[in-house]
Amino acid sequence: MHNRFSESWRQLLGLKPRKPEAEQQKTEAQVIHRTKREDKARIEAFKAHRADIVRATRWRNRRWAVLIVTNLLFVLSFWLDIQMLEGSLTASRFLGFHMIDLNAALQVALAHKHIPINLIIGTVTIFLFWVLLGGRAFCSWVCPYHLLAEWTERLHLYLAERKIVSDHAFHRGLRSVLWLLFAALALISGYTVFETLSPTGILSRALIYGPGLGLAWVLLLLLFEIAYSRRAWCRYFCPIGLTYGAVGSLSPLQIGYHLDSCFHEGDCRKVCLVPHVLDCVIKGRASDTHINIGADCTRCGLCVDTCPTGSLRFEVRGLQNLL
Amino acid sequence: MAKPSERRRFLRTGLGLAALLGASGIAWLPTPAASTHRLRPPGALEEQDFLSACIKCGQCVQVCPVAALKLADLGDGYGIGAPYIDARAQACDFSCDAVQCILACPTGALTYHKPMDLPVRTGMPVAAPPVLLAKKQDPEPTLNLKERMGVAVLIRPELCLARQGKGHQGPARGAGFSGRMRFMAVDRWKPIPLNEHPFDVAICDLCVRTCPIEGAIRLIPLADGKMTPEVLEPCLGCGVCEMACPTEPAAIEIKPRQGWPHA
Repeated sequence: MHNRFSESWRQLLGLKPRKPEAEQQKTEAQVIHRTKREDKARIEAFKAHRADIVRATRWRNRRWAVLIVTNLLFVLSFWLDIQMLEGSLTASRFLGFHMIDLNAALQVALAHKHIPINLIIGTVTIFLFWVLLGGRAFCSWVCPYHLLAEWTERLHLYLAERKIVSDHAFHRGLRSVLWLLFAALALISGYTVFETLSPTGILSRALIYGPGLGLAWVLLLLLFEIAYSRRAWCRYFCPIGLTYGAVGSLSPLQIGYHLDSCFHEGDCRKVCLVPHVLDCVIKGRASDTHINIGADCTRCGLCVDTCPTGSLRFEVRGLQNLL
Repeated sequence: MAKPSERRRFLRTGLGLAALLGASGIAWLPTPAASTHRLRPPGALEEQDFLSACIKCGQCVQVCPVAALKLADLGDGYGIGAPYIDARAQACDFSCDAVQCILACPTGALTYHKPMDLPVRTGMPVAAPPVLLAKKQDPEPTLNLKERMGVAVLIRPELCLARQGKGHQGPARGAGFSGRMRFMAVDRWKPIPLNEHPFDVAICDLCVRTCPIEGAIRLIPLADGKMTPEVLEPCLGCGVCEMACPTEPAAIEIKPRQGWPHA
């Protein structure tokens, strides 16, 4: 059987998605793959109807609202002294409860080689929080750099369409290598080296405590993405994404794929930050009639908004069967 | 053999890796220089340990009643996001009583109890628990601090007004100065702008008057009959004397992370 968990981890670490062999596919899935094109009337009906479908922005709007409100809560807690969410994205207190970013906690623990109790409390809290809410959902629903990069991505796509720039892909394994390297650097040098370069931390602090020179680095990254490589930081570089991806592999909150209604248009893969997780939507690839999208998925919901047939949906594993 | 496009991608990935490591290397460059002159908040570990333990969240900044803590920028290299005090602009006057920044720190970079295996430099521990003058009447008048942040030094004695036999009238600092501190005579719980509390002294002793710690500084006569401030062992290096000093530049300054007695 095609193991989705190990496949999901392979993709997370940067390996190519594997096409399941015929014997690894469930019989029901094989039947759908084989018979899907036979119902010509259904395909024609969909094609006729397709032009009328307006691409939804429901999940995107919700996500942007959550991202902005979360970051605003940090800002207002300090500016207006309402003390709800004190600190910044690396570490904070929500109504007094410690919350500590997993990647920042890792850097500090490796650099300092001491683990105070509050660090453990905050890290466990955030770990459980993102297990429940889908790991890399941190990236798309909270990280301020994600939102900026999403906006500048439009500029990149606009310029790419006019052949002014083109997208240059990196090997996705780069992020895993960087994760290990920054962990090793923290351990050996005793400095939280990655924090110096993390646009997440820099932006979060700039929003709350005022802008600084660090924003020049963020701007440089955005320009690099516009001119040379689409969403490069989030796709190939940021170790925070890998950390939360690992958490997400345990999460019941996932995007679910339903093979029977899918027409394999591929619209979802075009809008996706991490299209390798949607490898299973390519014609003939799905090993089952229902598939949970892999750990690297940021649960941003763009594919859910985009899918013209509703074949991709937000789901809670386990709960879905109960309902 | 890999396709040319595959090979180019591989090469590009190698360059990307090198570029980010290069950026990490460049970011290190200003770190040592920036580290030597930064005055860290009370309860900070030794500089290297402090920078590794600090998670760069700024919770210490948020609790300070006089906004004495600032977060360092990229110019501090790996110290980016770590708190420091610019004492001349806004010193730590302990007007929070309990050293709130230490309470706020989630990672023990600022701490009341240093782990046993971390170094304690000679001259850094204070001989006795420091008595906070503002808490003098309280059942427990001491601050929970075991080590100093630095030591005040009369770095420009030629500018010192007392040494010239001069007094001081009016606000401590020039127009536009916005630094704050608390005066027990005004309000124990509400720090006010230093400049809203004018002085009128025949011989300038602002550093002694404003010092929040008991027995940390006094005025003594010189051989020529003029007076001079003398810093004593209880000095924690909080920087209030540097902030209050009316001369420009300040005659008295904090030497960050300097032990007692200073060289």
